[in-house]
Parts: sequence; C-alpha cells; structure tokens
Amino acid sequence: MVELTVNGVSRTIEAEDGTPLLWVLREQLGMTGTKFGCGIAQCGACTVLVDGQATRSCSFPVEAAVGTQITTIEAIETHPIGRHVVDAWVEAQAPQCGYCQSGQVMAATALLATTPKPTRDDIEAAMTNICRCGTYNAIARAISLAGEKL
Amino acid sequence: MSAGLAAAFAATMPARRPVNLSRRGMFAAAGAGLFLGLAIPVRAPRAQGAPGAALRHAGKVNAYLRIAPDGTIHLQNPFVEGGQGIDSAVAQIVAEELDADPAAFVVTCAPPGEDFRVMQGGNARFTGGSFSVRSSFAHFRTLGATARAMLIEAAAQRLAVPAAALTTAPGRVVQGTGASERSITYAELAQAAAALAPPENPPLRDSSAFRTIGQPLARLGVRERSTGKIAYAIDTKVDGMLLAAVVHAPRAGAQPAAVTNEDALKALPGVHSVHRLPGAVAVVADTWWHAKKAADQAQIAWQALQGPVMEADFGADTMLGRLKAAAGTHGNTAEEAGDIAVAFSNATRVIEAQYDAPYLAHAQMEPTSATARFNADGTLDVWVPNQAPDIFQASAARTAGIEPSAVRIHSPPLGGFFGRHFAYGAANAHPQAILLAKAVERPVKVIWTREEEFARDAYRPMALATFRAGLNVAGEIVAFHAAGHGEGPITRHFGTGALGTPAVDGSIMEGLTGKPYRFATKRVEFVPVPHPPGINLGFWRSVGHSMNDFFFESFLDEIAAAANKDPFALRLSLLDHSDRHRTLLNAAADLSGGWRRGPFTAPDGTRRARGVAMASPFGSEVATIAEVSISEGEVVVHDIWVAIDPGRVVNPRTIAEQVQSAAAIGLSSAMYEAIEFDRGEVATRNFDTYRVLRRDRMPQVHVRVVESGAPMGGVGEPGTPGVPPAVANAVFALTGQRLRSLPFAKTRLSGA
Repeated sequence: MVELTVNGVSRTIEAEDGTPLLWVLREQLGMTGTKFGCGIAQCGACTVLVDGQATRSCSFPVEAAVGTQITTIEAIETHPIGRHVVDAWVEAQAPQCGYCQSGQVMAATALLATTPKPTRDDIEAAMTNICRCGTYNAIARAISLAGEKL
Repeated sequence: MSAGLAAAFAATMPARRPVNLSRRGMFAAAGAGLFLGLAIPVRAPRAQGAPGAALRHAGKVNAYLRIAPDGTIHLQNPFVEGGQGIDSAVAQIVAEELDADPAAFVVTCAPPGEDFRVMQGGNARFTGGSFSVRSSFAHFRTLGATARAMLIEAAAQRLAVPAAALTTAPGRVVQGTGASERSITYAELAQAAAALAPPENPPLRDSSAFRTIGQPLARLGVRERSTGKIAYAIDTKVDGMLLAAVVHAPRAGAQPAAVTNEDALKALPGVHSVHRLPGAVAVVADTWWHAKKAADQAQIAWQALQGPVMEADFGADTMLGRLKAAAGTHGNTAEEAGDIAVAFSNATRVIEAQYDAPYLAHAQMEPTSATARFNADGTLDVWVPNQAPDIFQASAARTAGIEPSAVRIHSPPLGGFFGRHFAYGAANAHPQAILLAKAVERPVKVIWTREEEFARDAYRPMALATFRAGLNVAGEIVAFHAAGHGEGPITRHFGTGALGTPAVDGSIMEGLTGKPYRFATKRVEFVPVPHPPGINLGFWRSVGHSMNDFFFESFLDEIAAAANKDPFALRLSLLDHSDRHRTLLNAAADLSGGWRRGPFTAPDGTRRARGVAMASPFGSEVATIAEVSISEGEVVVHDIWVAIDPGRVVNPRTIAEQVQSAAAIGLSSAMYEAIEFDRGEVATRNFDTYRVLRRDRMPQVHVRVVESGAPMGGVGEPGTPGVPPAVANAVFALTGQRLRSLPFAKTRLSGA
C-alpha cells in the first residue's frame, strides 16, 4: 500500500516499488491528462509537479513520491500560477495536437513559480519538453504572457 | 501526397470476403497485404474545391449536423483532428453558410460510411495530402446552406409565412426588422427542420460577403488541449478491459516460436496471459505497467521468418549503397522537354551532383495504441488512431473475421500524426488488439512503448537523387537532368499498378517533378530501387517533397554558384513566365526586409548568411528564406521567412500556425533526424538516439499568407519542404560548404 497526496487529496493505492508515478496516475487513479511519451524522461510529456518541481513522472518511482505534494494537469486551473499559464496558453493558442501540452504547461508553471519574468535563456533552459508540432514559439509567447499576469 | 495516392484511395469500399482464421490467415490480416483489394488506383482529375464538383453527400444534413436544445451545433467531420485545425476549419465553413457562431460548434470525427466519403467526387475519405479543406470546401458550404434553408422552411411553416419573407442572423431565423423583428432560434427549429426534405441547390453566399471564412478565428478546443482534457486513443477506457504490451521481433519477419519463461511471466504481478502474435509477443495484464514489466522479461525464441522480412546484414550504409549503385541507370520518364542529349552536347559546361536523405520516423508524441472490444451481439468496437476510418474498418473486419458493417471504428483526436496513421499493415496496433481481445474474451488495449513505435513505424523512405545541368557560355541553363531513386509508399502499399505508364512513383518523385522553373530542355526520371520488405514505408509530412525540394533547390544554388549568379536573381529569371511565383518570391524577400544573401555580421556579432528556396507542394506555392550562423560546428537557424500562397484562405491564423509547425519539422529533419539500422535491427529507438528539434534550436518563423485566388491548395504540409534547402543554401553562402546528405548534424561545419 502506498499513500500519495495528489492535487491535495490523499490517495491510497497498491503498487510495487519501482512503478513509475506516471502509470499510477494514469491507470490506478484514472488521471489520464498526464501523458506517456517516451518512458525515459526525454520528451517531458509526463511532467507533473512534485513539491513544485517539474518532474518527469515516467521515470519517477512511486515510492519516491510518498510524503510529497503531487500536482497534475487535472488541478492546473486551480493552481495560483497554473491558471494564468492556462489562460496564456489559450490566448497564445499554443497547442496544436495538444498531446505534449500537459507537460509543457506543468513545466512552465514550475518555471514561473521561481522565475516570474523569465528571459529567453530561462525559457530555453527550463522548457526542454519536445513538441513535435513545433509550437515552441507559441509556448514561449504564452510563458511571457503568463509572466505579465504574475 | 501526390495525385496518385489520392486516386489510389478513391475506391475504398471494403471487400467482403471470408477470412481464413488459420495462423496463415491471421498473418495475412496483420501483414503488409492489407492494402490489396482495397484500392483500385485510377488517375482521376483533381477537380475539387469549386462548387459544381460532385457533391453527392452535401444534402445529407442529418448525417452531419445536429443542433442541440442548448444551441450547440454538433458536426460530424470526415477528417480527423490531429493539431492541424481541421475541426475548426470545417466548422468555420459550415458556420458561414449556416449563419451560425463558429464557436458554437462541437466537432467529432465521423464513423466510417458512405455519407462521409466527400473526396474524389464523393467516393473517398482520408485525412492526408493536405487535402481536407480543399477537397471539402464546396461540400461543407453546400451542407451549411442546405441546413440553413431547412431551418428557414421550418420557421416559415411555424409562422405560416413564405420562406422568402424570412432571413437569418447567427443562430436564428428572423422575420421583419427593427421594432417588429421576431426570431426563432435554430435550436427551437432543429427538430422540425430535420424532418424536412433538403432542398436542391440552396443559394450560397457570395464570397465577397463572407464573414467567417477568411477570418483569423480561434481554433476550437484550445483550452481542453491546454488542460489535459482531450481523450486520445491511448486514453481510451472501456469497462473490463485488460492492457497489453508487445515485444516485436528485433528483426522484422522473425516469428515467435516460443516464450520459454511463460510460466514465470504469468506469475508476475497482474499478468493475465502471454500470447504469440504475428511477429510479436504480447503480455496481457491488469495494468499496462504490469504488462510492460513482464514483456521486458520475456525470453522469446525467434525463428521462422515469414511475411515482410528484414535482411540480417542490413546496416547503416546498406540501402545508400544500393541507391548509389543504381545512380546513372536509365529511368522511367517523369517529365521531359526537348532533346536532352543534343542540349548537353551543346553545353559549354556541365555540373553534376548527388544528394541523399535518410529514413525518417514520424515520431508523433502519442505512441501507437489500439483498443478492441467484442460485443455480445457479434459486433466489434475499435478505438484506433487513424487517418482513414473506412479502410481501418475493412482491416479490422478482416482480422476479426466478421463483416465490416459489424465493426465500429472510433477515431479519437490524434496526438500528432504527420502521416503515421494510415493503414500500414504491421505498423498498426489494431490487429494485435483484435486478436488479443478475441483470445482473452475481454476488451484489450494495446499500447506500444516508444521503442516499439520507433522500431515498427512506416518510415519516410531513404532516397537519392542525381542532377546534371548544362550551361552555355553566358551561364544560362540549356539542359537539366534529374533522377530520383528508390521506392515510395505508393509503390509499397498500392503496388506498381498504381504508378501509371510509364511507372513513376509520385511519392518518391514529387518535388523533382512539378517545379515551376522553365528549362528549355529537361528530363526528369524515376529509377525504381526497392527497399527490403521488412522496412515499412510511409507517408511523412510533405512526402516526396520533404526530401526532393531539398535536393532540387540545393542543386539550383549549385548552378547559381557555377554560373556566378545570385540564387534569388536566378530563380526570378527562371520564373519569368509566372507572375504568381515571382510575386510570392518577392513577398518572401519583402517579409525578410529585402533579399540579402550575405555573409554579414549580425548585431550580436555572429557571422550570418541567408538562403532561399521554393516549393510547389499539394496545390500551394511556397517561398522560404532562412538566416543561419554556425556555432560549434553546427548550423544555428535564427529566422525563417515563409510566404505561402494557398490560392484561397479559410483561416489565415491556422495557416500561419501550420507553417510554423511545418517549418519546425522540416528543420528538425534537415538538422538531426535519421532512422539507423544495425544488423537488420532498428538502432534508433527513442528520443535519445533519434534526435528531434527542441526549443533551444527553434528559430523565429515569420509567415505571410498570399491569397492569389488560384484554386485552393493544401496547408498542413507545404511549409515543410522549403526549409531544408533554404538552410543548406544559407550554410553554403556562409561557409562555402555544400550539404548534400541529410541530416546536417553528421557534417561538422567550419566556422564562418
């Protein structure tokens, strides 16, 4: 038995040690907003916040998440920064297919929490998530827009 | 995608034939023979987009539209949304003629069926070739106008007035004006209107009066796509389903003789069962993670090569060697003007070059998956990422051994596609899901790992082109010869019979053919060189153009250099006959602040230069300029300026976004991407070894949409092919190094 705090709610699940947090979220908690992309922490589609840090959940064992605050895309619109990020994403019309965007929004939320007015270099350093639709410029614009609201 | 492919898809009525459920039958159902019998290729004219084309489904209002009591307009889309904005585009077109708010639409991908075959004169349906808007523009306009007429008629009956006394405002039928105006909402009228006969030839709005078509409207579903609320195929949840992970044969064609530790696997947490499938082993479990953990540990005895087989010694250079060996072979004529032999004999100077491009993966962010559920009534539901529901219905029926009419295909939004989700035989997961659901008598969802995705994609084929140009004393081109070598996805999936006479594979030749430049004497030919059967071939964003425009436009710059001419001026001179192309080329130059080749020193101190290229993909015209510098031996692209002329525009904002996206994938392919083989196995199986463009190398992309009024062209793909040559030509201008082999990352560039 593992006890997790996901989006402020305590959840108890059965999972062997080593099970990636991603699959606990998707399969055991039914939270499919967090996406499977590569399984090796390369693409960032699975990014969630663990104690506010952008974390690639496909490679983050569930036991390491015990005692932390996990935030997923499902709660982003009630997150004090995340809701501005989402509004900016909509304003900039950032997503195309949208598959990577949960991870992008989470990564941007973590960035803006520590760096409300990120420079281009800050964005480059923090936003390493892959978008195959190539929405990188729209994402950068959205991050700047969100920063203006903070 | 070429006209050849579009035509090849034209006859897609599922073949009704019994299915052999023997092992051999199962294999055939999942194998590369899948396409055969589906398509009778014909070279049909592409007279679409204009009213008057066959619109045999445009009166079927009730099949497409449902207006809910809350005013929401539910629209069935023959095309699948995968980021290209097609849901929004069709809503925007219908909204114009229906007289409705485009934001009131909820659009879903339609099920298979006759009613939704809106392409090719009402006979075909697929999402690809940048065909969606241009092939359905007239259909959706007429559909919207028909629905509007029915709503007006319903209001006329209710109010007991002639229909001619009524008009519409967005979402309602209106009687009278000013103080005496009264109106009834579409929602109130919907039920009565649906019972009416659709009128023939409803009046269409004059294009000068368009209010939504041509506007930069926001796309639908952007908030949902920003908050994880879209359910892609991989998110499908079905009551009672089990999850499956698969391990394909390391070398395509090998079959699983046995899983030697099957008992041990079954003892692992959550594991339900272990299955041998054509070319793969599957573990079925209560969760996908349990299935994957067990599949990772499976000890499989592979043997009995069967079906499309990969060569055991196929390595990094095997195919390139074959293509190079074929260079110079006489090919089939694709384009010809004048006597090329005589022209070359009169040339004072001949320049030659050879170019090549590697296999590419689609690398869409959503890995392939499929879910299958057999129902008590004998029907089958399949949720699968796909670009052609009718073809997948037929394929699923054959695998399941039931009638196509008993198969429901669900087509969720795609997490990217770029050509990945056509029916590619063993590159699709739905046959596995169906076979497993049948075996375990429960619904099954198969999810491929990223490694399986890379190893079993249908790749953009490796190809090689040779060029030869004869110049006269003045440096003018008097003879031009180009030859494309290889095998394209049209040959592979539709057979040589689809290639016409002489046999020319458009999916390997487009971009060498169809160029706008005028050469007095030229010959373009196709040299067939087959790929191993074990390498699946697919349509990759902009298909043949994705490599051929790089080859052609780079060589054109080589000609310019040899003739000591400016490459921009050379292009203008070769386009003397075409106002449309010269206008577009000048638009790109204007957008970039005027043509400036360089090298020059940028404000940040870096040495930079610019390159230019043109492309004529999918009915649209594109001119591209790129500005580069060199850092640590690698090209850095700072800005890309694209002028695109799609003839006519539905949504300029979406077009600009699609050009951004297409430019990104074009640059990614030029700089980094290549599928590599080692001893018959795919060696590049995740994003650590298959490098793609990330944020840190994304240039600014500036787009100008030029609406020339020409017949409507495509939008999703045309932004891709101009980017690699524009960048390569800029690199040459900066360094003098001519890049002739993709991707650029394998060539270390000298500092400028």
